[in-house]
Amino acid sequence: MAAYAEPVQQLIDEMSRLPGIGPKSAQRIAFHLLKVPREEALRLARAVNEAIERITMCRTCFNVSEGDVCVVCSDSGRDRTVVCVVEDPKDLVAIERTGEFRGTYHVLQGVISPIDGIGPDQVRARELLARLEPEGIAEVIVATNPNLEGEATAMYLARLLRPLGVVVTRIASGLPVGGDLEYADELTLGRALVGRRELSG
Amino acid sequence: MYQRGVAHYRDQGVVLRTYRLGEADRIVVFATRDHGKVRAVAKGVRRTRSRIGARLEPLSYVSLLLWKGRNLDTVTQVEVLDSFGPLREDLGKLSAASAIAEVADRIFQEGAVYTEMYVMLLRALSTLSTCDSPMVVPAFFLKALAADGVGLVMDVCAGCGSAPPLAAFDPAEGGALCRSCRRGAAISEEARGVMERIVSGGLAGVLAEKIPTGVVGEVRHLATEAMEHHLEARLRSIQLVEGA
Repeated sequence: MAAYAEPVQQLIDEMSRLPGIGPKSAQRIAFHLLKVPREEALRLARAVNEAIERITMCRTCFNVSEGDVCVVCSDSGRDRTVVCVVEDPKDLVAIERTGEFRGTYHVLQGVISPIDGIGPDQVRARELLARLEPEGIAEVIVATNPNLEGEATAMYLARLLRPLGVVVTRIASGLPVGGDLEYADELTLGRALVGRRELSG
Repeated sequence: MYQRGVAHYRDQGVVLRTYRLGEADRIVVFATRDHGKVRAVAKGVRRTRSRIGARLEPLSYVSLLLWKGRNLDTVTQVEVLDSFGPLREDLGKLSAASAIAEVADRIFQEGAVYTEMYVMLLRALSTLSTCDSPMVVPAFFLKALAADGVGLVMDVCAGCGSAPPLAAFDPAEGGALCRSCRRGAAISEEARGVMERIVSGGLAGVLAEKIPTGVVGEVRHLATEAMEHHLEARLRSIQLVEGA
């Protein structure tokens, strides 16, 4: 079997390390990059390089950031008394897109997973604790995923924070907007019923 | 519609764990009643609009329709038989249930049937959701060892057969040991007594009574040691149970 030239093989190997990219896709991407105009391929290389060189972690909330402090933490218009706890920066962006939240964030950089042996010490929970007093935080909204690990993390945070006099809330679970009730699964529908609210219209 | 008896099959099982796959899928590991361990792809379950995502959370007891694949099977229908709700609302119970699921994940193998272990797994999860005894996990470990063919001898010395009092415990020797055969860890008479009752049909009594904290800790430690010795691996979830 004829092997690829060394640099091509190296490119394929690096591509196949990426999440969700198998050997075939890696090969396809590698040859695509060799085929497109030189400048286009180098733009990708530069983007990777820039991101690696310039992006660090916000020292306050652990979001990805260009400087010591991320754009959210450095925004003076934010309500510092409310903190939304998320698992990773992608969740932060999802919540920002709603336009409903004007508080600050805390990125846990992971989630407690008893079956994987990932305990509270392996997420950034203690760092949240250290923020409470200096920042005058009054409410912590736990916005971890509504799955087993996310709920375990939420329970742990409630146990950790409540004795300190902070209001700990959990984002609601329920039906997606635009969905049909009859197609909802019983667990989500059950939660939607438990978390119902009074109409004020 | 599916053709009955071709590549689809029905079963019941407990979700032991899940792994993320691609954009929105998961690989779900089940301990099933009729097919042992089954690893199946559940498509699109991480999307918020997925109808079956909520039903395939770890520790759910479900009825399944699966499509037999070449490598991995695919989940096509799921109904929840019991989601063991109380296990998800208490960190201590959740850690305990995770330890049980981890042991089941290691014992169940693909293509083999584990009738006794399957029933025991369901009972353990159901007991854990209704009972606050700290002995559910160690009892499951000790019972699971027996179901897997390596039951511990706790009523007499596993070395020479002499009657209690016994002074030590060594899973490699098969259970409790007398003073002259002693090897492994020391064991108190109280802890040995509790372990003997668990392995000889007295579990209900053990779960119903208040056992001193020191004895609970000792039994937990020894049962975990015995299970880890059998599996030849460290259990990851057990540390959280002890911390909870």
